[in-house]
Amino acid sequence: MKARAEALPTQEMLINMGPQHPSTHGVLRVILRTDGEVVVNARPDVGYLHRALEKIGERVTYAQFMPFTDRLDYLASMNCNAAWAWTVEKLAGIEVPERAEYIRVIVCELNRISSHLIAFGSFTADMGAFTPFLYAIRERERVNDLFEDICGNRLTYNYVRIGGVSADLPDRFLEKTKEFLDYFEPKIPEYNKLISYNKIFVHRLANVAAISGGEAVAYGLTGPNLRGSGVSFDLRRSEPYSVYPKLDFDVCVGTGERGTVGDCFDRYMVRINEMRESVKILRQAIAQIPGGPVMAKVPRAFKPPVGEVYFRAENPRGETGIYLISDGTVNPYRLKLRAPSFVTMNIFEKVTKGLMIADIVAVIGSFDIILPEIDR
Amino acid sequence: MSHDPAHSGPAPAVGPVSLGPEAHVMVGNADKFINWCRKSSLWYLLFATACCGIELMQTGASRYDLDRFGAVFRATPRQSDLMIVAGTITHKMAERLIRLYEQMPEPKYVISMGSCANTGGPFYKDSYCVVKGVDLLIPVDVYVPGCPPRPEALIDGILKLQKIIEQKRNFAAKA
Amino acid sequence: MEPKAIFEAVKGKFGEAVVELQEEGFRPAFVVVSPESVREISLFLRDDPAMKFDSLMCLSGVDYKDRFAVAYHLHSLEIGHRIGVKAYLPREAPSLPSVDGVWPAANFQEREAFDLYGIVFTGSCDLRRILLPEDWVGHPLRKDYKYPEFYHGIKV
Repeated sequence: MKARAEALPTQEMLINMGPQHPSTHGVLRVILRTDGEVVVNARPDVGYLHRALEKIGERVTYAQFMPFTDRLDYLASMNCNAAWAWTVEKLAGIEVPERAEYIRVIVCELNRISSHLIAFGSFTADMGAFTPFLYAIRERERVNDLFEDICGNRLTYNYVRIGGVSADLPDRFLEKTKEFLDYFEPKIPEYNKLISYNKIFVHRLANVAAISGGEAVAYGLTGPNLRGSGVSFDLRRSEPYSVYPKLDFDVCVGTGERGTVGDCFDRYMVRINEMRESVKILRQAIAQIPGGPVMAKVPRAFKPPVGEVYFRAENPRGETGIYLISDGTVNPYRLKLRAPSFVTMNIFEKVTKGLMIADIVAVIGSFDIILPEIDR
Repeated sequence: MSHDPAHSGPAPAVGPVSLGPEAHVMVGNADKFINWCRKSSLWYLLFATACCGIELMQTGASRYDLDRFGAVFRATPRQSDLMIVAGTITHKMAERLIRLYEQMPEPKYVISMGSCANTGGPFYKDSYCVVKGVDLLIPVDVYVPGCPPRPEALIDGILKLQKIIEQKRNFAAKA
Repeated sequence: MEPKAIFEAVKGKFGEAVVELQEEGFRPAFVVVSPESVREISLFLRDDPAMKFDSLMCLSGVDYKDRFAVAYHLHSLEIGHRIGVKAYLPREAPSLPSVDGVWPAANFQEREAFDLYGIVFTGSCDLRRILLPEDWVGHPLRKDYKYPEFYHGIKV
């Protein structure tokens, strides 16, 4: 077979995958050079959603930038909002009331669950199974209902404020959240029975694009991608912020369950397990939340002191970092958003050499990238 | 426009006329029939750039089901007759958007979903690379406001588009 | 290790190339170095057993009005300490050696700094515009950037 293949004259194909493509999680363009079905080189081309968030940040005030952080990673809006609030509070030394911190953790973890649900749903849809997507959206709609109760919107919330949150929890919110957790917790083993250990699904993901721990750290992978490669590093545990020191949870790490450590299946399973851990965190936070105010006293024309600060938070997609330079005026001087998906794309070209075209889709889905984060 | 062979009462001015219970002949207005077919099977192109894309996905999914209006998503423009532009369009993407629009077969419709597609959205003032409204590039039939619009708003937009399609005259005499 | 100790160790090894330590109001603290020595200092910070900065958290370009700068934020997974490294560059023809051989995570971020500020990273494996179209004119995040009127016939 090989001798015959070598005897035939063949040519490399240059195919364009995207920017409009059902499986690329947004407007990602991958320029594929393939030898038949096997990829020789897959170069990502990003920038189709570059909206100049950093330039806008230099022209609006600190409080006015909050809705723009929503659009940075819209599937983890609360997490991005909170990351911006924590950054500015670190710079200005603002003390946030404890109830507000608990509320922030509750909404961040709920948002983590809903983000991982979309990651799970769209990943399995990319692999060809459409049903889990509908199951995931069914659960996600219940989280959307909770968020609608709290702030009125289903997707881009703009709920967290610098110094606290914009409004206290509505009536019966904590009971409704507990009901949702009781409803949702048995769903995770149901997903595992439905698709996770399905033979075809495992075959498509095991041993595909295995990334070792050292490589993952060198290439800047963070979050579930890094933990899927076996590195036990979670910012909520290693550099805890907010009230995470008081909450008990396990750090989910990839174990090479069905293939090599760090392959697509590991990254997928880390997300499934993280949903379970988020449920644990939420139950503790609901039990521990104190009463009190939800907003610190922050002046209207807010001018933080001159200085530079770098803060990073554990977002569902990885580590979102914000490097903020303030010159003492009402507008930030320089605002750099370090988005996890942007840095994850560094390894894409290396890891896709020699894979089949269908595996490219598996790799993109297992990295759980989202384009507005990459392009900002 | 319902055809019921059992009821052969006085025929309306424009509509089905049944000539007896076994006749199975329907007489009506060709425009109405064609428009009814077209509006009831609007296949939309999956063109989701940003946040509105997620609301588009959720509108087509479990709770708010777009399939009951006959609208299924297609991945390729060659098989779709509706493009729902959901999300911000940047200058880098503009050229590709026009190409996708030109690849769609006639008759084709465009719904501009969300603030960013309508006018540039929150990026109107200070962004240097966002197209301030998709109608600078392609003709738009329905604008759905919101950031992001609720699924009910998008469904309302599709129903309004269906009303527009109903009004279309396919066999108008060329002047 | 404390920022002061890291600064002393790096200054002991590289002498003149290490300019100052910015600590007050900077979190994490920044070790300011000369642009030409960025690559050697990065290799030292990654490989030295007491430093072990194996993770580049963030690489950003900055436009202080009189000069540019490139700021690196480093973190060590093993030891757990953090430090920043900064190199100031002149406004005309800013350029410094690339560190994507030291931390491959730097590649896309250097391309972004090149795209938005015009800072050239010599020795980079791939330096092209990444976020803006290939034929865009100018570097938008500079403080003196003027927005163009039209791009390919569409109003900006």
